[in-house]
Amino acid sequence: MNKPAQQLTIWRALNAALHDEFTEDPSTIIMGEDLTTWGTGGGIYGVTRKMADVFGKERVRDTPISEETLISAGAGAAMAGTRTVVEIMYSDFMLLGADGLINQAAKSRYMFGGQFSTPLVVRSNGGSGIGKAAQHSQSLETLYAHIPGLEVVVPGTANDAYGLLRSAIKSENPTVFLEHKALYYDKGPVTKELIPLGQARVAREGKDLTIVATQLMTKRALEAAQVLSAQGVDVEIIDPRTLYPFDMETVFSSVRKTRHLLVVHEAVRDFGWGGEFVSNTVQECWGELDAAPRRMGAARAPIPYSEELEEAVIPSAQNIVDEALATVGRHTKLTV
Amino acid sequence: MTVEITEATRFDLDIDGPSALELMSTIREFESRLPTYSEEGLIRGSTHPSVGMEAVAVGVSWALRASDSVASNHRGHAHCLAKGADAGRTLAEILGRRDGYCGGKGGSMHIGVKELGLLGTNGIVGAGIGLATGAALAAQAQGTDNVAVAYFGDGATNQGVLAEAFNLAAIWKLPVIFVCENNHFAQSATLEEMVAQPDLRRRGEAYGVPSVDVDGMDVEAVSNAAAEAVQRARSGQGPTFIVADTYRYLGHMAGDTEIYRTAEQVEQWKGRDPIARLAKRLLDSTVLDEAQLKAIATSALTLVDSAEEFAKSSPFPDVSSAFTQVSEDYR
Ligand SMILES: Cc1ncc(C[n+]2csc(CCOP(=O)(O)OP(=O)(O)O)c2C)c(N)n1
Ligand SMILES: [Mg+2]
Repeated sequence: MNKPAQQLTIWRALNAALHDEFTEDPSTIIMGEDLTTWGTGGGIYGVTRKMADVFGKERVRDTPISEETLISAGAGAAMAGTRTVVEIMYSDFMLLGADGLINQAAKSRYMFGGQFSTPLVVRSNGGSGIGKAAQHSQSLETLYAHIPGLEVVVPGTANDAYGLLRSAIKSENPTVFLEHKALYYDKGPVTKELIPLGQARVAREGKDLTIVATQLMTKRALEAAQVLSAQGVDVEIIDPRTLYPFDMETVFSSVRKTRHLLVVHEAVRDFGWGGEFVSNTVQECWGELDAAPRRMGAARAPIPYSEELEEAVIPSAQNIVDEALATVGRHTKLTV
Repeated sequence: MTVEITEATRFDLDIDGPSALELMSTIREFESRLPTYSEEGLIRGSTHPSVGMEAVAVGVSWALRASDSVASNHRGHAHCLAKGADAGRTLAEILGRRDGYCGGKGGSMHIGVKELGLLGTNGIVGAGIGLATGAALAAQAQGTDNVAVAYFGDGATNQGVLAEAFNLAAIWKLPVIFVCENNHFAQSATLEEMVAQPDLRRRGEAYGVPSVDVDGMDVEAVSNAAAEAVQRARSGQGPTFIVADTYRYLGHMAGDTEIYRTAEQVEQWKGRDPIARLAKRLLDSTVLDEAQLKAIATSALTLVDSAEEFAKSSPFPDVSSAFTQVSEDYR
């Protein structure tokens, strides 16, 4: 059933999803640093705003700076039956909790022969673009997508943020939910419907080239599509929204139509998830491709601080245009 | 330096009062300007001023030499300046300029200066604790009498690495000084809410690390405690934990609404201001007169003015530098 859409920023949509989910399931808890005391009382980007007022400090917990324990305690709480959300201020800090997530939560169902569900969501933000430099700007989603047992969600619009966060909390699996720090203030319509994990979204329809992209790169691909359209290249853009589970079918059917594929991500290109999408497509759609699929991502470098340097290591809309033209064989000028 | 240092101007055993005053005043001026740079868009991302906390970095650094290592944290400009970093090059890094210590790649939270033993300011709370422990291990392994200092906040004491580092340093008698700048807040979290045992010193003791409390608003007290710790470390007797009681006057970073504290509390702490206190002591003990105090203040201002001029006129780095220095290239 279609509800009327509300215009919300991404952080507001996430906030609404938490409020709605916490109302629906009174056993859910959330914990993290500065959740109730920062800004106007709601975490570094406001996502937990007013939650303590509504749900109380038992369910909405400000924590010490102890990421390692937050994530492993989150795993333990979830294994012991409490649906738990852990907010980590920046996804770079999740690395301190790698054991809790990768050695513990991710394997809890399998190792113990299927006895345990671990309904843990680790929410954080990744991405660059606002001068936060090397240890506050990484796009590490590929690391988690690589780990059996983890789900990985990378929403890029307010609607997806809402619908996917609710599904992530309802999921019986440990889920890494990576928001994008440069998109929190982007506004969009939110229908407040749940979105299942593992369903891609067609962000733009087109017939000449399929671009697969998430988050900031979806935005840039949309910009690039405008430019490309003026040059006679009609781009279809697919946002997978979740990297695990991942929806290849939507990509395959798009590629069967466009016969060309370009994957763009903000994560470092080398060994990034783009390779996975390209490889699956090559295997499945080999005969239907008119050209070799290509992939783009960040340069193999940490995110530098100075503005022009930061811009240089991440694909720009212009870089996407160039690479798109190269993919469809219309141009040979390549940029990194 | 505007005042000649003589034996008479030396305080207690370790500190030269007028120089310490000038260094603290310089750091104060340097840090006070940061919020404006953020507002003007000259600083991107986050930067964390340490106004109010100058006595800790200055007091500790007094006992150090260039070959000693320092691992700092996110609020680390003072640690750098006190260890001898040039204000202009430090600011140039904070502004992302070519003449910054790291060519503009690092920014405020990643200022490292190898020749000064600065292993970097750090974006990861607690990370410097492990790095300093390692630098102390290197000093021990190389048979030097160098020492290492880790600066970290009260908030960082809740990271597991501190417990592990205390233990490792204690069993191996590593020449490391753990300096906790207890400014009572971790971003918006109060110490009282985040620890059940507010006597942080006892954490070091529990691991067999000699541990002391010190008035972090008194540069002499800090310097004396640091001198003792450094002496212990240099002579192979292992680590020390120093808990310095201090306070930050400004918000955690630009844009902080500070709903977690009152303006009265800030004012109260300003009553213990480390710079005013040292100035008064120098005046009362007739080491300096009013005119000399004024000259020191002016000199600090001039120094920061020229650092600002230097940093602002430094060009932005060449874009090609974004792709270099990722790894040693063996091909
Ligand atoms: C591992 C990690 N967790 C959280 C943060 C975010 N953060 C930056 S500074 C800070 C507070 C640190 O408090 P404290 O250690 O007391 O130092 P202070 O800022 O008071 O000087 C927090 C939570 C971070 N940078 N790294
Ligand atoms: Mg603190």
